[in-house]
Amino acid sequence: MNAVEFNQVSMKYNEQYVLQDINFSIEEKDFMAIIGPNGGGKSTLLKLMLGLLKPDTGEVKVFGKEPNHARDLMGYLPQNLSFDPQFPISVYETVLTGKYHGLFKSYKQSDEEAVIQALKDVEMEDFMDRQIGKLSGGQMQRVFIARAIVRNPKLLLMDEPMASIDPDMQSSFYKLMLNLKDEMAIVLVSHDVGAVSTHVDKIACLNRELFYHGPVEDSAKGLEEIYHCPIELISHGIPHRVLKEH
Amino acid sequence: MYYDFLQYEFIQRALVTAVLVSIVCGVVGSYVVIKRIVSLSGAISHAAFGGVGLGYFLTVNPVLAAIPFSIASAMIIGGVEKKVKISADTAMGILWSVGMALGVIFINLTPGYAPDLFSYLFGDILTVSNSDLIIMLILDLIIITTVYLFRREFLSVSFDEEFSTVVGLPSLPIYMLLLALVALSVVVLMKVVGIILLIALFTIPAAISKQYTHNLTRLMILATTISIILSALGIIISYIFNLASGATIVMVLAAAFLISYYLKD
Repeated sequence: MNAVEFNQVSMKYNEQYVLQDINFSIEEKDFMAIIGPNGGGKSTLLKLMLGLLKPDTGEVKVFGKEPNHARDLMGYLPQNLSFDPQFPISVYETVLTGKYHGLFKSYKQSDEEAVIQALKDVEMEDFMDRQIGKLSGGQMQRVFIARAIVRNPKLLLMDEPMASIDPDMQSSFYKLMLNLKDEMAIVLVSHDVGAVSTHVDKIACLNRELFYHGPVEDSAKGLEEIYHCPIELISHGIPHRVLKEH
Repeated sequence: MYYDFLQYEFIQRALVTAVLVSIVCGVVGSYVVIKRIVSLSGAISHAAFGGVGLGYFLTVNPVLAAIPFSIASAMIIGGVEKKVKISADTAMGILWSVGMALGVIFINLTPGYAPDLFSYLFGDILTVSNSDLIIMLILDLIIITTVYLFRREFLSVSFDEEFSTVVGLPSLPIYMLLLALVALSVVVLMKVVGIILLIALFTIPAAISKQYTHNLTRLMILATTISIILSALGIIISYIFNLASGATIVMVLAAAFLISYYLKD
């Protein structure tokens, strides 16, 4: 079964297409980046997968179900974490919210253990009792990643994760992703094509329509297909070529 | 000599009222402050006044009439941003003024003795009846029970509404429930404390406490305690200097906030 399937999906906002005729699928252990220009529909695509939006036409399925019914299987790292830095919540409590079971259902001992494990995975276990605002940007990002993975999702969705990560943290971020990709499909939305393409398995190129969807190959053949994507790409790992804008 | 006034029953009553009011304002006010819905709560308070006027006009208990009005405005303001193309900010401005104006007009249209509208702004904490006390006690119990039952949801939604939806929390209904608690508190406390003092009590004790703790439960307890102490102080000062009690409490709260803010540095 595919982790995600999009079937003839379109979304409009104020009479304009945000997404047009999107057809693609994501497999169970894919590590995929969705790249494209601002306003190209990347966040909308993610929100459709999360069930935060419903498609105007077409169908979105997550593990064969409606996204609203597959919430147990998904982890989410939002983009702009705009919250009051003085908000009275600790690192531990923040990650615990990712383990929500339902109305009137308490958190259990196993939840506490899962939170500690998730914090260990992101190397933040020493900060458990720290108030969430008293962290650096990179540390906060790691806590929110822990929150996204604490329920052991089968699909991890990340919206511009690199935006809040210090450059020296990038390699440890990708190292973490490599550890996680054995257990789940990972989809990240990103601007940063260059860094992303050396680490992920697959790329989807989105600018209202889906222009490319497939493996990132170091061969020129693979790159030719990416020509169809109307953004400028600088690819690494190959003598630097600037690909033309269409 | 100074303690004589504590023998007066109306002062004792006012202090008991301060405790009951503070429990509501400390608990609900903590959410109002951390979720940054202070203006929204102000709008609900003023819109509720329309219900009060309607109550007088229909010769029904004005507090009871204010309940549906107040909850309806809470639902409108809370839900409007999601569904309609008016911003919540605009909706608040409209409901704030229209609610008050409606209330005044209804009261103008009511034949006979017109109630003192001023008491709805700053309340009348020194003239609380036994039945008022019992109603407030019931409100306290409802608030504490609801907040306890939904503590996980309220915290999650206050912090990150979008993420809460993703983990399966019914974010919008929970947010509406929180606003309904605000609306209910406003209605019950309006006559005793008044609309303006109510906003001050929701906001200031929680804002002071927020500087000293990063745990929500402790925040609520601290806010309640501070509210009791400062309200009592306000009542005593107003008695000694013969000032309006409600307005005095507001000034005491404001002074305390300024002091705590500068002490923090």
